[in-house]
Formats: sequence, C-alpha cells, structure tokens
Amino acid sequence: MLSGITIGQFFPGNSLLHRMDARIKLVLTFAYIAAVFIPRNWAGLAVAVGFLIFTILLSRLPAKLVLKSIKPILPIIIFTSALNIFYVTDGTPLFDWAFIHITTQGLTTAAFIAIRIISLIAGSSLLTYTTSPTTLTDALERLLSPLKAVRLNVHELAMMMTIALRFIPTLIEETDKIMSAQKARGADLESGSLMQRIRALIPILIPLFVSSFRRAYELATAMECRCYRGGEGRTRMKQMHMRAFDIVCIAVVVLMAAGLIVLNFVLPPVI
Amino acid sequence: MPVIETRNLSYTYSPGTPFRKDAITDITFTAQKGDFIGIIGHTGSGKSTLVQHLNGLLRPTSGQVFVNGIDIWQQPKKIRSVRFKVGLVFQYPEHQLFEETAYKDIAFGPKNMGLNDDEIDKRVRLAAQFVGLREELLQKSPFELSGGEKRRVAIAGVMAMQPEVLILDEPTAGLDPRGRDMILQQILDYQKQNQTTVLLVSHNMEDIARSAKKVLVMNHGRIVMLDETAEVFSRAHELESIGLDVPAVTRIFMSLRKSGFNVGPNAYTVKQAYDRLLPLLKKGGGSNA
Ligand SMILES: Nc1ncnc2c1ncn2[C@@H]1O[C@H](COP(=O)(O)OP(=O)(O)O)[C@@H](O)[C@H]1O
Ligand SMILES: [Mg+2]
Repeated sequence: MLSGITIGQFFPGNSLLHRMDARIKLVLTFAYIAAVFIPRNWAGLAVAVGFLIFTILLSRLPAKLVLKSIKPILPIIIFTSALNIFYVTDGTPLFDWAFIHITTQGLTTAAFIAIRIISLIAGSSLLTYTTSPTTLTDALERLLSPLKAVRLNVHELAMMMTIALRFIPTLIEETDKIMSAQKARGADLESGSLMQRIRALIPILIPLFVSSFRRAYELATAMECRCYRGGEGRTRMKQMHMRAFDIVCIAVVVLMAAGLIVLNFVLPPVI
Repeated sequence: MPVIETRNLSYTYSPGTPFRKDAITDITFTAQKGDFIGIIGHTGSGKSTLVQHLNGLLRPTSGQVFVNGIDIWQQPKKIRSVRFKVGLVFQYPEHQLFEETAYKDIAFGPKNMGLNDDEIDKRVRLAAQFVGLREELLQKSPFELSGGEKRRVAIAGVMAMQPEVLILDEPTAGLDPRGRDMILQQILDYQKQNQTTVLLVSHNMEDIARSAKKVLVMNHGRIVMLDETAEVFSRAHELESIGLDVPAVTRIFMSLRKSGFNVGPNAYTVKQAYDRLLPLLKKGGGSNA
C-alpha cells in the first residue's frame, strides 16, 4: 500500500551518474535547479529539458521511475497552471465568458511554468535516486564543513540527517506491517467520517511510536558500544575523489547555464 | 468443500521497479475443515506472502483465493468480512498491541466485528483462558507484560474473533523453549476443542512434527511438497537440499538405521521415538540386524 512512495528513495546502480562524486552531484543539482529559472524562451527551456533527459539516460534508470516522482506534486502543478491560465490576461483571447478569460499568453505561461516545475522535481529526484542517503549526507557534511568555523556542529547535523534518512524505509515498512496486522483484526481504515478515520489511526500510531522509541534506544546503545563520541577526530573509511568525469560535468553545466543566458538575449521572451 | 482453496496464486512485490520481486508463483492448494497444516520453507521462500493472501490482505497479481467456495475478491468492498472468517496472527504480533489494557486489546477484533458488549466480554475471557492469561494480567497495560505474555495477548486477540481458519505466522519465533512449548500446546488445545482449521507457519521442525497433520513445503515461492507429516519428513535429503531440516529425533532414527539397528519406520516426535525404542530396549539392546 505504501510501496508507491519513491521520493527520497535510492535505486542502486553502477552508471556514470551513480559513480559521480556526490559533492559535485549535489552542487550541480542545485545549479541545475537555478538554471531552470533562466530561460525566457522555448529554445532555452528545450535545452534545459534536453539536458535533463540526457542525465536520465546516463543514470540508466527507467524513465517511468522519474515520472513517478512527479506524481505527488501533480496537484501543485495543476493548481499553478490553473492560476496562470485564469489570471494572465494579455495576449489574444481564446475564450471569453463571464469572468473567465483564457488567452494565448495564459496558456503559454501555464505550460512554461509546468515544464519548469517538472524539470526541477525530476532533476532533484534524480539526485536521490542515484545517491545513497548516507553518501548524500556525507557530501553535505563535507560541503558544509567550512561552517565549523562559526561553531556550527556540522557533523552532528549530518549524523542526524543520515539516521533520519536511513530510517525512512524502515518506518514505511513498519507502518505497512502494523497496518496489515490491524486490518487482519478487522480495523477499517478506508471508510467512515473524518473523525472515524482519524480515530482509526490510533491503533497504527501507538505501536509505531513504541517501536520507534525502541529502535532509537537500540541504535543509541549500539553506537555507544562502538565508542561513538561525535565528530571529533573521526576519520573516514571512504574518501571522496573528484575525477575527470566530474570536471567534465561541471563544465557542461556551466556551459549550459551560459548558453541559456545568451539565448535570453538572442531570442524574444515568451513569458 | 474445502474451507480454503487457492488456484494458481502468484504475487509480485513492487512490479515495474528495479525492486520487482516475484514472491510466490503458481500456488495451488486446499485446506479442509479441521485440517492442521504446517507451512515450512527457508527465510524468503514466500510463506508470509502466501498467508497474507488467504485473508485478503494482499491481492493476488494473478490467481484466485476461495474461502468456503467463494472467490474473496469477487466483491472487493466486502473484503473485511473475510478477515473475520480467516484470522491471521502476524509474526511478532506483540508489536501491534496498542490499547490501555490487555483486555481492551483482545477486544479490538471482536469490537470491529460489531458484536455486543456481552458477547465481546465472553469471547475475550474465553480467548484469554485458551492462551493461559490470568485475570489480573488482563487489566494490565500490554506494555508492562513480559515478551511471552505480550505474544499470548496478541494471539488471543485473533482467537477472540473465533475465525473458522486460524493462521499463525511463526508464533513461537524468538521465545524461550518453555514459552514455545506453552504456546504450541495452547494452539493444539484450541484446535482440538473448536475443530478450527489451523495453518501454522514455522521454522521449527519439532513444532511442526508435534502439531501438524499435513505439511506444505515452500521453496523460492513455489510449493515443493504437500503431504502427510510423516511422508514429508521421510524425504530428509530433499528437505536438506532446500535448506531445511528434519526433527532431531528423525535424524537420530536415520543414523541408528544407518549403523545397522532395525528401529522400524522413522519417528518424528519424541513421544513416537519413546514408544518405538522402549520395547526394543526391553528386548535387550535392540535387535541388531
Ligand atoms: N513488502 C515487501 N516488499 C518487497 N518485497 C518483499 C516484501 N515482503 C517480502 N518481500 C520479498 O518476498 C519474498 C518472500 O518473502 P516472505 O513472504 O516474507 O518470505 P518468508 O515469510 O518465507 O520468509 C522475499 O524475497 C522478500 O524479500
Ligand atoms: Mg515470514
């Protein structure tokens, strides 16, 4: 039932994208998200989308998976599109009735922004699909390590994030099991009024809390048994290395962003 | 008419993703009223997946499940009623306890059935008696109980629904030998008294030997044997080849025979072994063939 959730999930693999330095991947993903907002014309947007499709191919993940990541934000996309369609009133009118005015400009803006949001989400889910949560927080910790100078405990933050991410699948699995067990005793989770549905969650939430606390204690004990004492003086088993491919990637993204800016000057804006 | 029947049941987890997993394939079997069937197979062979189909928790990817001759997915809206006919006790069922008292937790199932308070009370007390929970334990919080007691509260929670079929997924996993024997005996007593059909999933061959009339053996999501308990345990080599074992006494009988003692057919419970070996010993050290 909960197995449809793919946000933040990692799909192991051995593609170029999987093997990329996670720090670079993280920075480039942010760069891409920023770059998606540069284009003001279709050609630029096509370049940004083309780049995304190219990286999806590089990841060797089924395109279906990437599309699946869009599903949860579909309502947001529909909502913003509707807003644009109804509120942008410039351009040639296509449909005019009472208070509804649909114009070519409205449709263009709606489509443009929808594509932007989709690229943004697909791009960031590609990051989590190809990078294990631990590697990702590891990369984050390294990228943020200059902040140690301002006495921010980067290590602990990263550790908390790692643990939280690590337990998301476990929690989902546990929730699934408890739901099944209560359903086996005739719990009705699918019908009834709102109040009844909220009350029906109690038999699921209580066991979930109890087992989460149990897990937390167990994990703390296990960490103490292995003399965990925080970040001070810790070394790493796996070092991250930048390779030629990472440098190529940086160059490609920088070039793409520059190209998008140039296109904005050369072509007339559509939004 | 069989109480439970499956036809060509198959199930795939996470279809269409890289995590796709065919958990069970082409499962066809029947259970008659009053049967006690043991289900064995190594970890990941699909036992839990199979039993979750029998009360409609999982919907088959293909194939059908019949309870009392009716396809349970004919009316998907009515699937909840199947859960009262086929009671399923999950593995580590103590993790599902949530009520303030053990009594209330056992009453959760019967309450969901919409029974009146008198009937609920009667069923809760009867179920508690079956699993040997004393009155004062019923008023305690389930979180204050010991591991074995929690397990028994959880099992009573399903027994209290008085299902026609009782399925238990590794009910003795993680218990000490005494707790294990106790729960197994209670299940046996319950079955004897109510003539319930019982399916018992277990890793423990001794448990299966003691309780089951028939054994269903699973390997890689398929049924590889379904026969009388004695027949199944006589195929020790095949069991070993799929990572399973035979009861310790059966192994002893097999090695006795190998070293030339004429001990007769295999025994698979301690009691059988005792009944068979004692006369031989009295005759004088067993007849050396
Ligand atoms: N919720 C799930 N999602 C994906 N795969 C699962 C899930 N539950 C079980 N599996 C897989 O299905 C197979 C059968 O599992 P299961 O029925 O639990 O076996 P058993 O109970 O015999 O140990 C295993 O390979 C297991 O990894
Ligand atoms: Mg199992």
